[in-house]
Amino acid sequence: MSLRIVVCVKYVPDATGDRRFADDTTTDRESVDGLLSELDEYGVEQALRIAEASGDAEVTVLTVGPDDAKDALRKALSMGADKAVHVNDDDIHGTDALGTSAILAKALEKTGYDLVVCGMASTDGTMGVLPALLAERLGVPQVTLLSEVSVENGTVRGRRDGDAATEELEAALPAVVSVTDQSGEARYPSFKGIMAAKKKPVQSYDLDDLGIEADEVGLAGAWTAVDAITARPPRQAGTIVKDEGEGGKQLAEFLAAQKFV
Amino acid sequence: MSAAPAPLPPFDPRDPLGVDDLLDEEERAVRDTVRRWCADRVAPYVADWYERGELPGVRELAKELGALGALGMHLEGYGCAGASAVQYGLACLELEACDSGIRSLVSVQGSLAMYAIHRWGSEEQKQRWLPGMAAGEVIGCFGLTEPDHGSDPASMRTRARRDAGGDWVLDGRKMWITNGSVAGVAVVWAQTDEGVRGFLVPAGTPGFSAPEIRHKASLRASVTSELVLDGVRLPADAVLPGVTGLRGPLGCLNQARYGIVWGAVGAGRSCFEAALDYAGSRVQFGRPIGGFQLTQAKLADMSLELQKALLLALHLGRRMDAGRLRAEQVSYGKLNNVREAMGIARTARTILGANGISLEYPVMRHAANLESVLTYEGTVEMHQLIVGKALTGLDAFH
Ligand SMILES: Cc1cc2nc3c(=O)[nH]c(=O)nc-3n(C[C@H](O)[C@H](O)[C@H](O)COP(=O)(O)OP(=O)(O)OC[C@H]3O[C@@H](n4cnc5c(N)ncnc54)[C@H](O)[C@@H]3O)c2cc1C
Ligand SMILES: Cc1cc2nc3c(=O)[nH]c(=O)nc-3n(C[C@H](O)[C@H](O)[C@H](O)COP(=O)(O)OP(=O)(O)OC[C@H]3O[C@@H](n4cnc5c(N)ncnc54)[C@H](O)[C@@H]3O)c2cc1C
Repeated sequence: MSLRIVVCVKYVPDATGDRRFADDTTTDRESVDGLLSELDEYGVEQALRIAEASGDAEVTVLTVGPDDAKDALRKALSMGADKAVHVNDDDIHGTDALGTSAILAKALEKTGYDLVVCGMASTDGTMGVLPALLAERLGVPQVTLLSEVSVENGTVRGRRDGDAATEELEAALPAVVSVTDQSGEARYPSFKGIMAAKKKPVQSYDLDDLGIEADEVGLAGAWTAVDAITARPPRQAGTIVKDEGEGGKQLAEFLAAQKFV
Repeated sequence: MSAAPAPLPPFDPRDPLGVDDLLDEEERAVRDTVRRWCADRVAPYVADWYERGELPGVRELAKELGALGALGMHLEGYGCAGASAVQYGLACLELEACDSGIRSLVSVQGSLAMYAIHRWGSEEQKQRWLPGMAAGEVIGCFGLTEPDHGSDPASMRTRARRDAGGDWVLDGRKMWITNGSVAGVAVVWAQTDEGVRGFLVPAGTPGFSAPEIRHKASLRASVTSELVLDGVRLPADAVLPGVTGLRGPLGCLNQARYGIVWGAVGAGRSCFEAALDYAGSRVQFGRPIGGFQLTQAKLADMSLELQKALLLALHLGRRMDAGRLRAEQVSYGKLNNVREAMGIARTARTILGANGISLEYPVMRHAANLESVLTYEGTVEMHQLIVGKALTGLDAFH
């Protein structure tokens, strides 16, 4: 049977835009365009490479997100994924990481998977915890933060580059992996891919389909709450340190004052 | 009780009229892909290529463009993407926002060389050349202009004669040929006893060479060459069977001109955006120069012309997709959009002050490039004559 790879992809507000929050402290989706999280493009790329190497694999992209999150799916499909699953329900609004992992886990069980590929972190929430939460919920091994990954004979292998050491890891499938931005540049969607994408199947699920109660997720069901949000103050003019013999000392003092050292 | 009106979409200085809403999802995806490829692969380097007057790695770039599907993208089959005219136009716009030289590479490959083979070639010629050209493995060029014959190609001197064995023998010179020195195949138009015909000349054919033209002060990040044809012997099947007469090359030019209608908007946009950024940050007399009425008048007029040009391009694109675009209509677009892009570039240059002449900013590069774009694919005067003839019914070319 062919290898079933599912890539979890997040639809995030464009980090180059002027991101804001709505009155209920959730992301304001109106103020800025959304897109496929750039870090998840690496996940899609690795999934496609594994599929190409295997010759007999199917790549599904999965997202939990609002209506517009279909744009993220469409992008992944135009890069070459075979089909998509979109979990969308008004009651998901405001779900935290724990809730998101619960929804993703149910969707994965319904879709079926041998290998789940995640990005290293989303570019908006950036907690980087989802792959671990997901593996735990699914009861499968997790091999996270890989900068190299391959699949052979039912085993996923990869390399994790740490500060102090490089680890070679492996796990039996099914498993969850996450890949870093060092894993290899993501391909550009080709024009043929873009045009093929709209003919590829997109399966939609709501909470009912996944057997999840509305109060388990959403803002009300979240285990964490965002109390207040303060925009970062606009950037101040830079400080120029003029070296008149004391430059090094002044630099060190500046860095210490900014708590960089 | 009347419901409160929905809030208006925010004003976007980069899309002030909301033209984006006129594009569908696929069109935006094509545009975004090209924009991103340009930002990654061309924008960081192109000023340097321009300054050095070369296009290093042109073969690699061609392959990457091929992988995207940008080469011959509006053609069907033979490995081509089969995109719409609007999608092709959007790609041209993004490429030229980066540099007219990159757009020229793509235009000549797709709209001139590949289009000629696709439209007028035999099945064998298409099978032999098009897949490799679509993939960017083979670069093509298109030789019409000669040293002494530009706007008036009917009087070209390059000749092809058929010898006793049925071979063709070509003699002549072509001038100002984009991609010439890096081309694996040249589409060469030559005079025959039957009229003008097109020939496919593979690089390396004895008697054929393509020395590069140096000392250009425009389109420096583009390969421009002379084609030298001295007794170039070609087999009988090297001729494009589908057309005899100037209608052959002119049909191709119409395709490329259409791409320029869009491309010019890209060059203009790049200049406008550079000027808008600069006007917001450059302080003189204690305030940003964008706060002075005279600067605002410039910015307003630039934006206005840019949006008009974009709407015109889109309108022509929709007509082309509907199979209703006339050559005269393409002339309206080329005439207006290149001329206005030049005006925008020139005004942008003034807003940047001395920095406006520096290659650290894209403005002067675009301004200089547009001088070529104004001349190739039909000069301003040629398009005025085409439009003039269409309006009056009187031919003023001769
Ligand atoms: C500014 C901000 C602050 C937040 N603060 C909190 C908080 O303090 N506590 C809290 O519990 N939640 C918080 N959230 C909500 C949280 O971002 C979402 O629940 C999110 O889906 C999971 O966390 P993450 O985005 O950090 O994912 P990460 O763990 O960073 O994502 C890793 C990978 O998981 C996958 N993934 C993540 N989200 C999805 C998705 N929706 N669909 C498919 N795949 C996905 C992707 O492959 C991604 O690369 C916050 C969100 C924002 C925008
Ligand atoms: C960078 C670059 C790349 C090019 N690439 C290619 C290519 O790939 N393939 C190719 O075949 N050609 C190419 N060209 C050539 C281009 O198409 C010609 O330069 C153009 O057609 C004009 O010809 P010309 O330069 O001989 O000018 P001329 O025809 O000599 O014109 C000179 C001036 O006289 C004007 N003029 C001519 N006739 C009339 C008239 N009847 N009434 C009023 N005014 C008139 C013209 O408008 C122009 O202003 C390229 C040119 C450049 C600069």
